[in-house]
Amino acid sequence: MGGVQVSAIVEFDSVGLRYGTGAEVLKDLDLRLPRGGFTYLIGPSGAGKTSLLKLLYLAQRPTRGRMRIFGEELSAAPRDAMPAFRRRIGVVFQDFRLVQHLSAFDNVALPLRLAGRDEADVIGPVRELLAWVGLADRAAAKPATLSGGEQQRVAIARAVIAHPELLVADEPTGNVDADMAARLLHLFESLNRLGTTILVATHDLSLIAATKGAELMRLENGRLVDPTGALRNPPRRVGEG
Amino acid sequence: MMLAALVTPAGERGFLPDRTGRPTPWVIAIMMFVTLVVAAAGLAMANAARVLGDSVTGRYSIQIPGGARTAPVAVATARRVPGVLAVNQVPEADIRATLQSWLGPEAASAGLPLPALIDVDLQPGADPIRMTTQVRRAVPQARVLAYSEQLGPVTGSLRALQWLALGLVLLMTAATAATVVLATRGAFDTHRSTIEIMHGIGATDEQLARLFQRRLARDALVGGVVGGAAAALVLLLVRTVPGSLLNDLGGGPVLRPLDWFLLALLPLLGTLVAMLVARTTVLKALRRVL
Ligand SMILES: Nc1ncnc2c1ncn2[C@@H]1O[C@H](COP(=O)(O)OP(=O)(O)O)[C@@H](O)[C@H]1O
Ligand SMILES: [Mg+2]
Repeated sequence: MGGVQVSAIVEFDSVGLRYGTGAEVLKDLDLRLPRGGFTYLIGPSGAGKTSLLKLLYLAQRPTRGRMRIFGEELSAAPRDAMPAFRRRIGVVFQDFRLVQHLSAFDNVALPLRLAGRDEADVIGPVRELLAWVGLADRAAAKPATLSGGEQQRVAIARAVIAHPELLVADEPTGNVDADMAARLLHLFESLNRLGTTILVATHDLSLIAATKGAELMRLENGRLVDPTGALRNPPRRVGEG
Repeated sequence: MMLAALVTPAGERGFLPDRTGRPTPWVIAIMMFVTLVVAAAGLAMANAARVLGDSVTGRYSIQIPGGARTAPVAVATARRVPGVLAVNQVPEADIRATLQSWLGPEAASAGLPLPALIDVDLQPGADPIRMTTQVRRAVPQARVLAYSEQLGPVTGSLRALQWLALGLVLLMTAATAATVVLATRGAFDTHRSTIEIMHGIGATDEQLARLFQRRLARDALVGGVVGGAAAALVLLLVRTVPGSLLNDLGGGPVLRPLDWFLLALLPLLGTLVAMLVARTTVLKALRRVL
């Protein structure tokens, strides 16, 4: 606290969220993600990680408090304003959300095409990225014919294809083996070096351990708890204690 | 403008799966077929009423019971009235022939008292009262009748049928719009997950609405063309049937070029309606979703 203020890409001020008339699933969140940072969001199942990410990728509005993203107050912004902000945010959904009737290639190309990019400038980047996530030969495959891990990689490729300013990933390595997880982490780190702010919700401690310089945020019961020493940066190796 | 709205930009091809065999174009084709035939009948009725009306305006009939002797006086009087174009006594033989067709051969016997019938044509806008009073002053037992009054019930029912046809066309248009609403909602529900995904990664309402409005407009255009072709075929076939309503009237073809043009406009109008209805349906549904 009180150090040099790096400009924040996300700022929460007493943010709360409830679904319908249920109890609050996120309570009094005060948080600040510095631009260009790499942060892990951890916490037990049901703690509210996905809900917090939904606020960030603008699928939910906070039910109270103030939320600034890209320096704009978005908690009460008109719905017409949302698409332009959503395009600056890459999302890896926990359940992938691939368009079932589109091929892997077309799923990855979707953000570029929605943004009106020329077809000539779509094919090259999409091929390249599919090759990077090891799916060059599966470009024409429909999601239903892909394994869980392959679908996850398509989802990640779609999230990063448009070089978003903010990348939000919900358990992005839940379905891949350790080698692929390392490869995906490398992709996130490359993107981070190019300036993308990254927030990854995960249970994967080895992933966290492998990311030098990452910040940690822990959610419990809808509240951010002060990270313990063990979770502080740089993290201790899992299994070392 | 309208054609451009039907074409999918290269980047958006395949955003909605192209499922052939969807029922919408066929339903619209059937509705369009019925609408066009009803509209054609309505236009034909309007034209028939007009041709009939034109043929009797300014035409009057002087009837004199047992008027073999007084008829020439009435003819001479009528001819002197200003604004009278033509005066013709109907030959007794014609009257007998007509009666014979109603009453049989007995009508031919000279014993049956026949009225004298005189046709009078007035200039357009000429005052019939003056002619009537002068004829009746010369021949008091004469009765003067306007053809248009006698045809009143006929032209009246033609007009009523014409309004009925218009009402049916409007009803069919409403039903077509309702079909488009249902088809759009169906398509929206079928593709809800796709829409939510696209919406979630930054698609605008406008982009999503365009996907559906293009699809429904194409369905409506295909339906309109198929229904329109079927209707045209039927109308042309009916025209070849002798004595049919759509046969040529005395005053010319029952459907004039302008009418065919109006009919051809209906499928295009249907396409436009489908596009707008699909668009508003999707925009409304999107506002509920996210
Ligand atoms: N759409 C929803 N409607 C109602 N409750 C929800 C919804 N999504 C999540 N929740 C509830 O919110 C809480 C946090 O869930 P979630 O954010 O998915 O946690 P996590 O991702 O950490 O497992 C849970 O109690 C869950 O049941
Ligand atoms: Mg979750």
